[in-house]
Amino acid sequence: MSIANTATLKVSVWRGKARGAFTTYEVPRRESQTVLDVVTYIQRNLEPGLAYRFACRVGMCGSCAMTVNGRARWTCRTHVSKVAIDERLEIAPLANLPVIRDLATDMRDFFDKWARAKGQFKGSLTRYDDFAVVEPESKQRRAASAGIECIGCGVCHASCDVVAWRPDYLGPAALNRAWTLVNDVRDKAQTERLRAVAGDAGCHACHTQGSCNERCPKQIEPTAGIAGLKRLTALAALRGELD
Amino acid sequence: MNAVGEAKRWYWQRISAMVLALCVVVHVAGMIYAVRGGLSAAEILGRTRGNLAFAAFYTTFVLACVVHVPIGLAKIFEEWLSMSRFLAITTSKLFTIMILFLGLRAVYGVYAG
Repeated sequence: MSIANTATLKVSVWRGKARGAFTTYEVPRRESQTVLDVVTYIQRNLEPGLAYRFACRVGMCGSCAMTVNGRARWTCRTHVSKVAIDERLEIAPLANLPVIRDLATDMRDFFDKWARAKGQFKGSLTRYDDFAVVEPESKQRRAASAGIECIGCGVCHASCDVVAWRPDYLGPAALNRAWTLVNDVRDKAQTERLRAVAGDAGCHACHTQGSCNERCPKQIEPTAGIAGLKRLTALAALRGELD
Repeated sequence: MNAVGEAKRWYWQRISAMVLALCVVVHVAGMIYAVRGGLSAAEILGRTRGNLAFAAFYTTFVLACVVHVPIGLAKIFEEWLSMSRFLAITTSKLFTIMILFLGLRAVYGVYAG
């Protein structure tokens, strides 16, 4: 698509904290322009005080997610041509997270939930042991691989209705992390983890609506992992392992 | 910790859903078959009175509802009506008693009535 040098975008950007308002800026339209390019242009040329977060700009670090025209997206890999409506954009902070200022949200609660879901690997081998052999084609390794590419951007968390209804719900990202570890044959904290992810603030709160699957920029399906956790916790409860 | 309770409620809801899926198919198919050429109360009662298979099938249907419905209702009460967990479970238990009583009363009514 060729874009005339004079074309401009009208961009409404959230300014403030939980309470605030949108301010509209005019930004030159460029070819192959991303939403992050637009925000950066505003910060460098029009509004030096604008708060936002980014690091890698290539879809690896997971720090630049924002709400663009009502949907949570990774802004560095979202082209303006894909999301602008009549050359207009509305950019807001991620939903379901406290706003620090403008487009920057406080991710502490989000990552604390990963810790609560026992998202840490607990191995038992030492440097003196041989490497663990994990068959690449095994069912568990494939299940772990399906969820392992999460970059922790928070898009799924911001898109989940259950997180909005139940602020204590661990959310799709933390549960997806737990699911990858549940399928890690080297991990030795399995019962502890299942105990942590069961319950009405855990996997059992999920309604399988699938917004997380639809919006995950890495095409991960947290809902599938959560369904797996429900099955495993049910089996563990039947065996009396969760008591 | 409610982990065990939630895990158990989940599988009870799953098992009851499987029973309900079967019951609904049999129920709908039965209705379509039964209403060919019109249907009257006398015709229904003629088929159901003293029919043990019929009574057993619908008793199973009612019991599956009794297991399935309250678990989901409690969640709806909590999330949509912002009820406390205690109130949500208590209210859903009242529904359980109502479904059990009205359901079994209806089965008895068409079996023995």
